[in-house]
Amino acid sequence: MVWGVKYDTKLFGLMNIEKREVEGFDIDIAKEITKRLLGDEKKAEFVEVTSKTRIPLLKNGNIDAIIATMTISDERKKQVDFSDVYFDAGQSLLVKKGSDIKSVEDLNDGKTVLAVKGSTSAANVRKKAPKAKVLELENYAEAFTALQSGQGDAMTTDNSILLGMASENPDYELVGGNFTDEPYGIAFNKGQTELVNQVNSILSDMKKDGTYEKIYKKWIKD
Amino acid sequence: MLEIWNTYHQDILAGLKVTLTASIIALICSLIIGTVMAMLQVSTKKWVKKIGNIYVNFFRNIPLLIVVMFFFVVLPLYGIKFDGITSGTIGLTLYTSAFIADTVRSGIEAVSKGQREAGMSSGLTYLQIMYYIVLPQAFKIALPSLGNQFINLVKNSSILAMVTGADLMYTGDLIASTTFNTLGTYTLIGLIYLLMTMPLSYLMRYIETRTATY
Repeated sequence: MVWGVKYDTKLFGLMNIEKREVEGFDIDIAKEITKRLLGDEKKAEFVEVTSKTRIPLLKNGNIDAIIATMTISDERKKQVDFSDVYFDAGQSLLVKKGSDIKSVEDLNDGKTVLAVKGSTSAANVRKKAPKAKVLELENYAEAFTALQSGQGDAMTTDNSILLGMASENPDYELVGGNFTDEPYGIAFNKGQTELVNQVNSILSDMKKDGTYEKIYKKWIKD
Repeated sequence: MLEIWNTYHQDILAGLKVTLTASIIALICSLIIGTVMAMLQVSTKKWVKKIGNIYVNFFRNIPLLIVVMFFFVVLPLYGIKFDGITSGTIGLTLYTSAFIADTVRSGIEAVSKGQREAGMSSGLTYLQIMYYIVLPQAFKIALPSLGNQFINLVKNSSILAMVTGADLMYTGDLIASTTFNTLGTYTLIGLIYLLMTMPLSYLMRYIETRTATY
């Protein structure tokens, strides 16, 4: 089973260069699902996707499923089928410690916000702070580098991703709490109802037997 | 594809304007810098020649993205702030001028030595010889390759998309990621690039035939 995963998102899907292996919450969930579906977690193959490429790759058949911090949205439901929610995230802001930005409303005084192309974050922040200037970069690493170099006053995306960055860079912190709900789902190409149902029941089993909790604690709560 | 154009043509045109502006500015500036560097490269003074060579080799041998990123994320760390469009245009200019320098240099070298000697014997200075005698002939010789460099420049301007340059490519990326219609969007954007570069190739070919000496 070929999974589309992220390689640049600490805690969820990050390439460990030393081990030459991708690891994170999404990866462990995908491995567990593959194990219960096909009998062996080694049958899980991982392909790197970005927010921009993930849906086209799924449509082309390059990957069988996407597990890449992907929010379930009505717009996306027109393109793909989603599993049940496997993680509840919310959009937040990352700023340098001591910044005068305390909430998303503060962005409205003409502040510049950095986001990633193809993510829902840019659209959300435009709704919440219409006067903020939004710059969209290629990926999280570039957006964070741009934040460090002062190209923007804040960076926005899901708290789950920002937490990973803040854990690496203690000069930066999350502010303003979550201003959206971002329920993550696993995406499949349209018309694979049977597979989606199987995955949903696996997810629910994993929650019942404590496997989910174990993976959650491993990555999100140390 | 038509649907994308109907919905987003204003954004696309705004992006096109940025692409054209950045390309024209970079074209003019890189032509000037490139010519100066080419003149340094053919200088008889060793250290002057070296400056030209270092410049050309430096920018010719590093990826454009790194040059652009340097202006976008590295310099701001030291208080010199450029936005995406500016860092993209500067990067594009420095990068292209290295290639233009090489093209003009080979043009200059192709002008026969007798021409320069004739200039010297008429008492012209080095710069006068260059300006009145050598460069006009060198440009004529270099014209086909210069045309290629200009076309490359227009295409390379898509690098602005990587640094929030709001150019045509950037707009295309955003539309593709909003509509998920990747194929349609990039086909449309590709066609617009084609509409910019095709006339440029024809124009260059036209000038070439008009100025042909043989």
